[in-house]
Amino acid sequence: MHFLKLVLRNALRHRLRTALTVLGLVVAFLSFGLLQTIVAAWYHGAEAAAPNRLITRNAVSLTIPLPLHYREKVRAVDGVKAVAVANWFAGVYQDPKNFFPQFAVEPVPYFSMYPEYRVPEEAFRAFLRDRKGAIVGRKLADTYGFKVGDAVPLKGTIFPGNWEFVVRGIYDAGEAKTDTSLFFFHWDYLNETMKQRQPLRANQVGIFVVEVSDVERAAAVSQEIDKQFKNSIAETLTETEQAFQIGFVKQTEAIVIAIRVVSFVVIFIILAVMANTMAMTARERFREYATLKALGFAPRYVAALIFGESLAITAVGCAIGIGLTFPVGGWFASQMGTLFPVFEVSENTVALQIACAVAVGAIAAALPARRAARVRIAEGLRAIG
Amino acid sequence: MRDQRIVEIRNLSKSYQRGGQIVPVLSDITLDIASGEFVALMGPSGSGKSTLLNLIAGIDKPDGGMLRVAGIDIAELSESELADWRAEHVGFIFQFYNLMPVLTAFENVELPLLLTRLTSGERKSHVETALAMVSLSDRMEHYPSELSGGQQQRVAIARAIITDPTILVADEPTGDLDRASAEDILNLMDRLNAELGKTIIMVTHDPNAARRARSLRHLEKGVLTADRS
Repeated sequence: MHFLKLVLRNALRHRLRTALTVLGLVVAFLSFGLLQTIVAAWYHGAEAAAPNRLITRNAVSLTIPLPLHYREKVRAVDGVKAVAVANWFAGVYQDPKNFFPQFAVEPVPYFSMYPEYRVPEEAFRAFLRDRKGAIVGRKLADTYGFKVGDAVPLKGTIFPGNWEFVVRGIYDAGEAKTDTSLFFFHWDYLNETMKQRQPLRANQVGIFVVEVSDVERAAAVSQEIDKQFKNSIAETLTETEQAFQIGFVKQTEAIVIAIRVVSFVVIFIILAVMANTMAMTARERFREYATLKALGFAPRYVAALIFGESLAITAVGCAIGIGLTFPVGGWFASQMGTLFPVFEVSENTVALQIACAVAVGAIAAALPARRAARVRIAEGLRAIG
Repeated sequence: MRDQRIVEIRNLSKSYQRGGQIVPVLSDITLDIASGEFVALMGPSGSGKSTLLNLIAGIDKPDGGMLRVAGIDIAELSESELADWRAEHVGFIFQFYNLMPVLTAFENVELPLLLTRLTSGERKSHVETALAMVSLSDRMEHYPSELSGGQQQRVAIARAIITDPTILVADEPTGDLDRASAEDILNLMDRLNAELGKTIIMVTHDPNAARRARSLRHLEKGVLTADRS
C-alpha cells in the first residue's frame, strides 16, 4: 500500500513531464494499434478462407482464363463435392475511385459453398429469377446507399461495355471476419453478353471454386485436379483458398512489411522517450534513493520504485491508447470505404499493445533502476537533486 | 550504561580512488564512544569527519582496522546484513533533512517502521508520539515543502528516533538552518541525549553546535588530533 502510494505520488511529481510522456505513449500505442490493424486487414482474405474450399486457376497466370468445359472434369474428380465458376469483373461504378470487388458467379453452387454470406431466402429467389440481378454486401450497400431494387450501372474494364445490374438482395456477415463489401452477379449474364460482344472470349472462366467432401484429402484432390489437365493447352494450379488469398497478399508484401516495421519503429521511439524520462527522474532522486537505502530499505525496493513508476506511466498511456484505437479505427475504416473489407481491432492487436507497453515500461526502467539500486549510499547522499 | 562502549574503533583506515590515484582519507583511527555519549566530530573540510561518521553508521566500508558498533563488527557484514543492521541500530539526521517530498510529515516518520513487523495501528501510535516529541503534532499532514527548515529537520529527527535506534548520527544537522532554528534543533538533540540517553555522534563545523556536545573529537587530515571531554 505504501509502496503503491510512493510510486503514484512520484509519478505525479512533475505533472507536465508525466502528462507529456503519457501523451507520447498514447500517440505511439494508438499508431501501433492502427498500423497493426491495417496489417491484419490486409491478411483478412486469407483468414476468412475456409479449409474445405479450393481454387483452381490457370497455372501460368490468374489473368489467363480456363475453358468452361474443365468444370465437368473437375466435378468428376474423386473427393470433389461441388464446383462453381467465378470471374473477377473489375467494373467501375461512376468513378474509378469507387472501388469494390465484383464477381460473376454461378449462384446456386457458389452461395452454397459460402454459407457465411447470409442472403435472405426471398431475396435469393428474386436474384435467381433476374438475369441482371445482383447480391451486394451490407457494408457495400451502406457505403454507396444501395437498396433492393436499385439499378447499378458498371463500366467494364476487363469486359468492355456498359453493364446494368439490379440489386436483388443484401447479404450480411455470418462471421466477424466475413467480407461484406462484395458485389455478385450471374456468371451466365456475363457469358451470354460476351458471346454477343466478343464471342472468342465466351465460355472462359477465371477460377473454379471447388468444395471438397473431406478436408483431410484437400491436398490429394488438388493434385488430382491438376493431373487432369497436365500437358493440356491450359494447365491448372489448384490450391487451398487460404493459399490463393495469401498469394494476393504476397504481391504487396513489401508494403505490409513496411507498415509492420514502422509500427515497431514507433514503439522503439517511445521506448527511447520513456527511457530518457526515467533516466532524468532517477537522476533527480538519487539522494532520496540513497536515503531510503541508508534507512535500511533494500536495493530491490529502490529498483522496484523505479520499475513501478515506469510501468504505471506506461500503463496509463497504453490504456488510453488502446481505448482510442477502437473509435479512431472505426473512423479510419469509414474513411477507407470498401478498401479494407474488414477493419476491426482484434484481440491479438490489443494483446500486442499490452505486451509492448510492458516491454517499454520495463526496459525504460532497467538502467536507471540498476544504477539507483547500486548507488553507494555515501555518494548518493551527496548528490544534488 | 555510560561506561558501556557502543562504538569501538581500532586502527581504522579508509581511502578513495580518484582519477587513478589512491587518496587516503582516514589513517589509523582508534576511538571509543560510550553508550549515552553526545560526541561532536570537528575538523576542516576534507579532514575525514563525514567519512568517519559514514563508517560508524554503516553506509560505507573501511579498508582496514576494526569497527565494532553495538557489539557487532560491521565491517564483516554483507550489504543486505548492513541494511538490516542500519534499520535496527542507526538513526540518521542529515544536513539537508533528506525527507521524501511526496510524503507527509507523518508518512516520512513512518518510513523506517515499514521495515518492522508493527501493525498499522502500532505504527500510527509510534509516529504520533515521535512527532509530539519534536512538537509537530499539528503538522502531521503537511508535506516537507509546507514546512520551514527547522520544522523539516525536526521531522527528520522524529524519523531518526522512531525505531529507538542504538545511535543517532547527525551530519551537520544545523548547517542549513538559521540561528534560532539551529538552537531549537540543538536543544532537541540535547534533550534526546540527556532525557532519553540517546548516543549521538554529530559532525559539525559550527563551534556553537560543538559546544552542546558532551565530548569533542578533532580530525585533521584523516587523523584524530585532540579530544575534549
